[in-house]
Amino acid sequence: MFKKDELKKVEEEKEKWVEDLSKILGETPERLQRFTTVSDLEIKDLYTPVDIEEMDYSRDVGFPGVYPFTRGVQPSMYRGRLWTMRMFSGLGGPEETNKRFHYLLSQGETGLSIAFHYPTLMGYDSDSPMSRGEIGKCGVAIDTLKDMEILFQGIPLDKVTTSMTINPPASILLAMYIVLAENQGVSKKEIGGTIQNDMLKEFIAQKTFMLPPKPSLRIIVDTIEYCTKEVPRWNTISISGYHIREAGATAVQELAFTLADGIAYVEAAMERGLNVDDFAPRLSFFFDSHIDFFEEIAKFRAARRMWAKIMRERFLAKNPRSWMLRFHTQTAGCSLTAQQPYNNVIRTAYEALAAVLGGTQSLHTNSLDETYAIPTEEAASIALRTQQILAEETGVVNTIDPLSGSYFLEALTCQMEEQAWEYIRKIDEMGGMVAAIERGFPQAEIADAAYKFQRQIDSGEKVVVGVNKHATEHPPITIWRMKPEIEERQLRRLREVKQTRNNQKVKEFLDQIRMVSKNAENLMPHIINAVREYASIQEICDVWRDVFGRYSDPGYF
Amino acid sequence: MSPERKIRILIAKPGLDGHDRGAKVIARGFRDAGFEVIYTGLHQTPEQIVAAAIQEDVDAIGLSSLAGAHDYLFPRVIELLREKGAEDIAVFGGGIVPEDDMPALSQAGVKGIFTPGTSIEEAVNWVRKNIKHRK
Repeated sequence: MFKKDELKKVEEEKEKWVEDLSKILGETPERLQRFTTVSDLEIKDLYTPVDIEEMDYSRDVGFPGVYPFTRGVQPSMYRGRLWTMRMFSGLGGPEETNKRFHYLLSQGETGLSIAFHYPTLMGYDSDSPMSRGEIGKCGVAIDTLKDMEILFQGIPLDKVTTSMTINPPASILLAMYIVLAENQGVSKKEIGGTIQNDMLKEFIAQKTFMLPPKPSLRIIVDTIEYCTKEVPRWNTISISGYHIREAGATAVQELAFTLADGIAYVEAAMERGLNVDDFAPRLSFFFDSHIDFFEEIAKFRAARRMWAKIMRERFLAKNPRSWMLRFHTQTAGCSLTAQQPYNNVIRTAYEALAAVLGGTQSLHTNSLDETYAIPTEEAASIALRTQQILAEETGVVNTIDPLSGSYFLEALTCQMEEQAWEYIRKIDEMGGMVAAIERGFPQAEIADAAYKFQRQIDSGEKVVVGVNKHATEHPPITIWRMKPEIEERQLRRLREVKQTRNNQKVKEFLDQIRMVSKNAENLMPHIINAVREYASIQEICDVWRDVFGRYSDPGYF
Repeated sequence: MSPERKIRILIAKPGLDGHDRGAKVIARGFRDAGFEVIYTGLHQTPEQIVAAAIQEDVDAIGLSSLAGAHDYLFPRVIELLREKGAEDIAVFGGGIVPEDDMPALSQAGVKGIFTPGTSIEEAVNWVRKNIKHRK
């Protein structure tokens, strides 16, 4: 990007600058031994054109909407359309969450995102002994289609898109959504949304797992195959780095492991015989936006460039839409503190800014009270306003990829890409992500990184304001609490549904699911049949646990 | 002279909660501090935790919960320890536990709770001060 003689001049001038600087540093040394990102990547004092001398603008940076998409996946980015303001929500029972959905929609959110309670996440119903104490506590209780009907009261499925954070039972929730739409008179060809449906990162990080890896992948490919034909506007997976990062991974590990998971899914779908250009455009991604500002922006840009190369060069996809990494972002929950909770508003704001400067398609901003409980309406509202102020007042959306050209940012983007390729090479050598997971490789990397980070906080090497520095007292805040009546209502409803539904049909369809699970047919039509008759999530998952076995935590630490 | 017996601790994840970052960091931190540590892994029922604690003959159980079910699960573990005649195994906890929930847990017999921001050193020192060998 720069002429050779210009670079030479810069190099010479830099040498002089370093010399002069060393005299100053003799008297006033730098404040720290090392200046590092939150992921402990060392950052230099200054970046100049020399740091990006190998770069070629067209090849490495390019234009938005054009391979390799470093500057963004859409040609007009936020000038054409703002990112979707999609607030992750779920609390108590479907009634409470429906109320929260309507509240947030009235406050201006532009997409829905469902947080389910643990029993649903794990494939259990509210009446399971495994669910005792867990109902409605950290998300919405959903057992059958009946709950989904209440959840979406007054919400037209042809007018909104919905993301569902759900993994082992993702196919079941998708089936429920399809039937819900059907009942509203909305065709499954029209509905738009996402199921997280990313089991590999469950084994690595989020840990809502149920079945072993192979059958988990089979069900995922069934959903990809089905949606490719029948639900064309649906994002079939949200290939996630968020949870990997929250579990303690560094930014480079988050980047590498997410893309490696993506590679595994593409391979699995192609093994099924699907054409890469048929399904790849509907794969989507989900990243963390952590507190180290530039590291995150570099990470997002590196992710786009890397995925474009993977899809075009490794998988030989021809459709440019197959090369595009579209992603949702959530600001980092693990960066928030219980101490001085109002500081979290600031952290979330910086993290949201990084996500937007990184070109995210969709964004959830955490609430200040999430280190205590499910957010209150007020806290969620502040989080949403954070996005709106970003979009409407700061001007950062006026031009596309505004930080491009920063010597620092471009150098950091390249550096992170390089380090992430190293990890992907390693994982390839192990035989791919499934093999790497079976060996415990990503899990061990994450546990090591998490431990190292805690040690750095404990020693004061890494500062967390309000915790190990400026740790003054703060007044208590009001938090959301789950009410016992909600649990009772949920259990009553489940009993009633099971009594009033056509139990003969339910049994028939569950038997069908069992049979199809054992053969090579696609499960989706059968799951849809079952949920339409109000089969419960656990009833279907119990069939799978029985047929495929369970995965249990190997307990690495 | 025989070496001093190390404090044995079971770090456990009761219920469906999958947030294990803290439990693992604490487990490793305790091990590095010289305690003997057994980690149960995820998705343990209170029954499984109590059985493991008795079988491993631990001095204390550390329960981790970040999904809000501590109010049921922690007292349940203590109740079962009592049923099995193992109430001398101390129980402490960690994770997301609102201030308002602490009195009830303390009443139920939970000896201490480590909330977000606790350093490894704080937790280690607390154990050294508060956890004794089982008789």
